[in-house]
Amino acid sequence: MPKLTVDGIEVEVPAGSTVLQACEAAGAEVPRFCYHDRLSVAGNCRMCLVELEKAPKPVASCAFPAGDGMVVHTKSDLARKAQKGTMEFLLINHPLDCPICDQGGECDLQDQAMGFGSHSTRYTENKRAVTDKYMGPLIKTIMTRCIHCTRCVRFSTEIAGVSELGMLNRGENAEITTYLENALDSELSANVIDLCPVGALTSKPYAFVSRPWELKKVESIDVMDAVGCNIRVDARGQEVLRVLPRLHEDINEEWISDKTRYACDGLKRQRLDRPYVRKDGKLQPVSWPEAFATVSDRLKGLKGQQIAAIAGDTVDAESMYALKRLMTELGSPNIDCRQDGAALGQGPRGGWLFNTTIAGIEDADALLLVGTNPRWEASLVNARIRKRWLRGGFPIGVIGQSLDLTYEYEHLGAGAQTLAEVADGSHSFAKVLKTAKKPMIVIGMGALSRGDGSAVLAQAHAIAETYGMIQPATVDDDGDTRPGWNGFNVLHTAAARVAGLDMGFVPGKGGADVAGIVAGAQSGAIKVVYLLGADEIDTDPLGDAFVVYQGHHGDKGAHRADVVLPGAAYTEKDGLYVNTEGRVQMGFAAGFPPGEAREDWKILRALSEAVGKTLPFDTLVALRQALMADHDTFAAIDTIEPAAWGEFGASGAVDDAPFTSPIENFYMTDPISRASKTMAECTETFVLRRQPAATGTNG
Amino acid sequence: MLKDDDRIFTNVYGWFDWGLDGARKRGDWSNTKALLAQTPEELVEAVKASGLRGRGGAGFPTGLKWSFMPKEVKEKPHYLVVNADESEPGTCKDRDILRHEPHKLIEGCLIGGYSMRAKAAYIYIRGEFYNEAQNLQAAIDQAYDAGLIGKNACGSGYDFDVFLHRGAGAYICGEETALLESLEGKKGQPRLKPPFPAGVGLYGCPTTVNNVESIAVVPTILRRGPEWFAALGRPKNSGTKLFCISGHVNNPCNVEEELGIPLRELIDKHAGGVIGGWDNLLGVIPGGSSVPVLPKSICDDVLMDFDSLREVRSGLGTAAVIVMNQSTDIVKAIARLSAFYKHESCGQCTPCREGTGWMWRVMERMVRGEADVDEIDVLEEVSRQIEGHTICALGDAAAWPVQGLIRHFRPEMERRIAAYKAGKPVMPTAQAAE
Repeated sequence: MPKLTVDGIEVEVPAGSTVLQACEAAGAEVPRFCYHDRLSVAGNCRMCLVELEKAPKPVASCAFPAGDGMVVHTKSDLARKAQKGTMEFLLINHPLDCPICDQGGECDLQDQAMGFGSHSTRYTENKRAVTDKYMGPLIKTIMTRCIHCTRCVRFSTEIAGVSELGMLNRGENAEITTYLENALDSELSANVIDLCPVGALTSKPYAFVSRPWELKKVESIDVMDAVGCNIRVDARGQEVLRVLPRLHEDINEEWISDKTRYACDGLKRQRLDRPYVRKDGKLQPVSWPEAFATVSDRLKGLKGQQIAAIAGDTVDAESMYALKRLMTELGSPNIDCRQDGAALGQGPRGGWLFNTTIAGIEDADALLLVGTNPRWEASLVNARIRKRWLRGGFPIGVIGQSLDLTYEYEHLGAGAQTLAEVADGSHSFAKVLKTAKKPMIVIGMGALSRGDGSAVLAQAHAIAETYGMIQPATVDDDGDTRPGWNGFNVLHTAAARVAGLDMGFVPGKGGADVAGIVAGAQSGAIKVVYLLGADEIDTDPLGDAFVVYQGHHGDKGAHRADVVLPGAAYTEKDGLYVNTEGRVQMGFAAGFPPGEAREDWKILRALSEAVGKTLPFDTLVALRQALMADHDTFAAIDTIEPAAWGEFGASGAVDDAPFTSPIENFYMTDPISRASKTMAECTETFVLRRQPAATGTNG
Repeated sequence: MLKDDDRIFTNVYGWFDWGLDGARKRGDWSNTKALLAQTPEELVEAVKASGLRGRGGAGFPTGLKWSFMPKEVKEKPHYLVVNADESEPGTCKDRDILRHEPHKLIEGCLIGGYSMRAKAAYIYIRGEFYNEAQNLQAAIDQAYDAGLIGKNACGSGYDFDVFLHRGAGAYICGEETALLESLEGKKGQPRLKPPFPAGVGLYGCPTTVNNVESIAVVPTILRRGPEWFAALGRPKNSGTKLFCISGHVNNPCNVEEELGIPLRELIDKHAGGVIGGWDNLLGVIPGGSSVPVLPKSICDDVLMDFDSLREVRSGLGTAAVIVMNQSTDIVKAIARLSAFYKHESCGQCTPCREGTGWMWRVMERMVRGEADVDEIDVLEEVSRQIEGHTICALGDAAAWPVQGLIRHFRPEMERRIAAYKAGKPVMPTAQAAE
């Protein structure tokens, strides 16, 4: 632990720290552009020069290892002069077009020029102009503003794992570019916008839309996948203008996927902003009381078995709980939150969680991916796997599709056959798992949402048990607890799924699951189907059933509905979400639902009154208290408790068909992203163009 | 003046056979096995005792540099890398070693490599040196065939390989860490130091990078004894050195001389004097394009070694003596150097990327006098803002010529500015040598 003196303050920093970190520990502000905590050290901006006693010249503090007894001055004349000189150099070829720059107001260069620059320039020559580059539909480039810090290059090669970005040419002709003007083909690409310390890389969809000081910033939770990324929603008035990442070390660090960031323009399109009732085959706008009356009329006289409810993938826990309570009141056991029919929800909680936790991936030493494409199903989980893989000593086996996951892996096979071979030890990868100390298995919806899902789950369970993936916590002789290890992981794709499973939003005794509900509706056994934001099921076979759709977008569910109850999207309501790890997180509303739409729990509360089964909570707080009283896991906000382990899955015959990921198009997976123009452009650029082009003779 | 007996490079002009037979006649590869019988520590101590300082420009003691290598080979092999990317304008000494004395270099690689327990030597040769690379590769092949390098080199029981790698023509790849990057197949951009190559070098392994001349003189030094070498020259500036004399002299040449020889003697004795006589001298750049120019008043009695030239705020650099007589447009000459550094800056770090272009643009105006007198001070300050603030020494190299010009030829710059303001601009009189 070296001890240093920074500006007269003595600090002790961990071994391996840099002088910059020591300065930060001492509370000294050192300007920097190229340095970033999560990227490799480049040391090229030369902004963080500080005076180091006994060094012949100022040193770049970001790259200089802290040593014992060093005496550092960050505000001495020498240091200030060096910083001022660098700032002058950075600005001579910077266009100073701050008034029309989208970075204005949140620009590192602007801020640091105020703190460390001169009042005027001595440079009278012509400034450099650089051709803008094409980086796809998300990233707008104004390359004249670039200060060549290479943060974007380091992010894309190190964290995103794509090599399209780099620096070409030499000296003052050096340019950051995508080779051959390719779009930056990564699901994490837009993080370079946050990283760019100047306005060279800005958000294309957000260009010239707003200034940062006009925005109301609300901290919330993402629902585009089951990772539960922490986000900040920036809204002006009622309009959500952008979504930015928020730091959470255990989930998304400080990155988010492009879908999380850019699907927000879908919040303005295809919205349900008033209740509708189907009259004469057409949905007609009606008032709330009329809509409720229609539903309650329809429910009158029906037995519980004739009613069913399906919860969607992005709904909050509270509204699911309210719906579950209502269905119980109505006497219906036909409830399900598993639109894709995943064989989960039976047995202990550990059977449907990502038990290792996302941060825990970094402790693992072998990984088996089964029926999942984490790159598209959970981009930030994939980024964490890559982070672990980069450190080395992390063999990865994949059973399923052979896709580019940004890291190397051994493709073991395509389907359940290979999984069985690994389970019985006859496959070579079994040896890898056996020798690993902390092996982990990740099983995706591609393997679980099939007819044989339960049998596949049983095999995964067997693998977890056989290869020592379940290690209970132990207490040694000194009484210290050694934490256990649970390497069994289910990777969900739906933000609402774990909450649904945790609260038992699955068929009750004698109840029908999603497939049963659809079949029941078709045969006429089920008369009323309540869809709470459920848009991912095939609605065609619902037959003559009366369908109530509660949700925020005019997507598949609303098209089939007989009554539409307009709800709130995730940015318009406070809500609890449980991510794939089982981590409960709280999202907050950034605005109100449009028009007559209301928060979902309120709709259900009002409806319950209309049908004469009034739910016993008048406020969201009361609802949450009831939810937490019934299911105590919801009370532990943002904490992870090791989940119970036991038997689950059912042995049975497995299908030979290969596992395929449920996500065919990363950019369109839910009603919001399907309504987003930006996501449509991404689909066009990254998904459709990648498919083999039609030749005219291809049939 | 250096006695013929004390010359190390006896075939620097290529009058004799550069091949193995010729080299053996001149004493190369003579009982190398006996040298390899010493321990690496003994060899490093001998090189230290000789006072040999690096011949690539910085003048860092070679023996000391070698001693930074780990004392035993752990899981990572050690490498010797020879910097043959001679690109400093005015310098052409390594070229003659490479084409006329390749065996001195190869033998030096073996001995130097053995001294630092290296597994192999990589010689990174400038891409434009095509014929030199041909000669060197032929010499390497001869040495392999004769069992001098390779398995059981010279019968010593030591295995040592020598590889030749051709560069692609970037000045910055002569910087040792940029050279390593380039050798690894990456873009030639200098690395951050620390870590230094002796700890983390080529492919992350302990590496020493030496200049061609530094390595090529080692076998002779060890054979004749470090005392002999140390006795030549002046204290702390011992030995002989290849000087490259170019510019306005009657007989431009490469010549091996003792360090500490007076500049005037060097030019008069070996280069046939300044064109138009000594009094026609304007200034001399004594160590390759990157060191500050010296005016005649200093050239009159300055000695040519590391410390003497540092005292007059210049440097020995690569000992490439660029002589300029009164016919030279000195401002334009320095402006040309500024253009060179602007062109060769790698663009990685800010002061050099932005500052070299700034200096060059101002220099171009200074040539015409199209500036204010204040701007000379701004130019000086800009050069100080680059110097010492960059990742590698290219920033310093770009700054020094401009600083030298302002230090010694400011009146000339002011004269041009005044003439331009008076409406009678000075027309550049002569083209700087391209």
